[in-house]
Amino acid sequence: MGRAPASRDVTSYGMGLAAPLALFFLAFFVAPLLQLLWLSLHNDTAALHWGLGQYLHFLTDPFSLRVLGSTLLLGAEVTATCLVLGFPIAWLYQRVGPRLQTIIILIVLLPLLTSVVVRTFAWIVILGRQGIINATLQSLGVIDTPLKLLYTQFGVVIALAQVQMPLMTLPLITALGRIDPNLDDASCSLGAGSWRTFFRVVLPLSLPGVIAGCTLTYAAAITAFITQSLIGGGQMLFMPMYLYQQASTLQNWPFASAISIIFLLAVLAVVSVFTTLGRLSRGYGGA
Amino acid sequence: MTGRKRTLEAISFELVMTGIAIIALVIIIAPSLVVLIVSFTSGFSLRFPPPGYSLRWYAELWNAWQLHFAAKNSLIVALWATGLSVVLGVGAALAISRSRTLSARLLDSLFMSPLVLPALAFGLAALMLFSLVGLPVSPLTLVIGHTVVCVPYVVRNTVAALAQLEPTLLESSAVLGASRLYTFRRIVLPLIRPGIIAGAFIAFMSSFDNVPVSLFLRDAATDMLPIRMWQDLEGKLDVTIAALSSVLIIATVALVAVMERVTGLSRRLTN
Repeated sequence: MGRAPASRDVTSYGMGLAAPLALFFLAFFVAPLLQLLWLSLHNDTAALHWGLGQYLHFLTDPFSLRVLGSTLLLGAEVTATCLVLGFPIAWLYQRVGPRLQTIIILIVLLPLLTSVVVRTFAWIVILGRQGIINATLQSLGVIDTPLKLLYTQFGVVIALAQVQMPLMTLPLITALGRIDPNLDDASCSLGAGSWRTFFRVVLPLSLPGVIAGCTLTYAAAITAFITQSLIGGGQMLFMPMYLYQQASTLQNWPFASAISIIFLLAVLAVVSVFTTLGRLSRGYGGA
Repeated sequence: MTGRKRTLEAISFELVMTGIAIIALVIIIAPSLVVLIVSFTSGFSLRFPPPGYSLRWYAELWNAWQLHFAAKNSLIVALWATGLSVVLGVGAALAISRSRTLSARLLDSLFMSPLVLPALAFGLAALMLFSLVGLPVSPLTLVIGHTVVCVPYVVRNTVAALAQLEPTLLESSAVLGASRLYTFRRIVLPLIRPGIIAGAFIAFMSSFDNVPVSLFLRDAATDMLPIRMWQDLEGKLDVTIAALSSVLIIATVALVAVMERVTGLSRRLTN
């Protein structure tokens, strides 16, 4: 004895164990972001003159605002697509046997772990002029000349939706698994049809999962640099590429910093809206 | 489904839901299959279906030294970043997992924030900091940057594994006279090991696949595979990339199969 006082809680560890990672984050995560903020508050590239010039430039420039707007819109479109396609997968998952469940989960999981460049490349093959869609439609005689699918908003949305689908589906599977199946039966035996039960019982109860999935999908979709640039091509510009061009090609670090901060704040705003919705829905779905 | 009447309405619902689910699953899996098939083409283009089949693009890949070089760099950086993430992340997970204090919750949010924040912004910020302190871009800066964005996976999976741990096990061990270190080595570590391995695996894959951070923190001497592939694709649609993609897809499938055995990966990601 004497080694540890009797009252000492043996089930938890001291906060000291978090110190190395906390210091690491302070030095290599918090400090860089603070420097980013500091630089964005300067009007010149030499960072001699303080001012809000970079932000004013962004917020008064129609081009920049359009890039921001189309990025946020893209995120919304991808998230909605993922939700519509992902929810039935989670629904099916709860209704099949364990073997099919494993197959479904592995199908959903694999893209998450496959390289993003590889997945995006696959969509170039599918959507290209000689890709599957055009080849099929042409051999069926539906179209004469190949459709333009690559370098379009539709192409970017569908490719991003596929790339980000696991982020939506996994939380939904978790959320649907927590719903008491008796509620479903109760609603049906009380006379509500399947559609009504779905929209009035299952969907509201799965809201925490829906919100978790939407948050992850949205944040991932708007920052998905590779897919945006390869499928969107040069004509469609979204925030990540805009940021990269300003920083790397034009070496305009203060403006790139301001773009980063505005982009960061936009992401944070969306995430906190989702989080607030999640908190409101918890009283609903926690049952 | 006891006593539910098979009405037209119920059937329409099930048909629509199952139909969309199957379409969605096909959309998820099809691209990988398409790449696998196209990589065996005998032609020069990414035409689908291929005009004929051959292994020529795999032979081409065998000689693509630039891709080999980039792959080697990516592998080395991913291994270091994963190792560092495990060392730093497991410690942090132990500290914050059972603590309900405000500081523990704040640290948890801090450690998770790289998952949500745009990694490209972080990449730029890191580059500016390194150039401010006079540290040139190198494998070291890459490892540091990758660790920041990969460590959340280790922390999250380790915290989840610790949450499943019965506190009474630790108390029993202490009552029986085991030191904390002994209890950790003989009881805690074996029980949370699958969680740590799962987190390390996801961290490794995300480092190997990372573009936004590498984009700013590498140079020609430290070319990284996803960036090499991306730049090759921007220039021309090379079928060699299809062969490389197929190799990566097969490797991922094999690794996931092993991880599923070792750690029950799919259960971890849906709980």
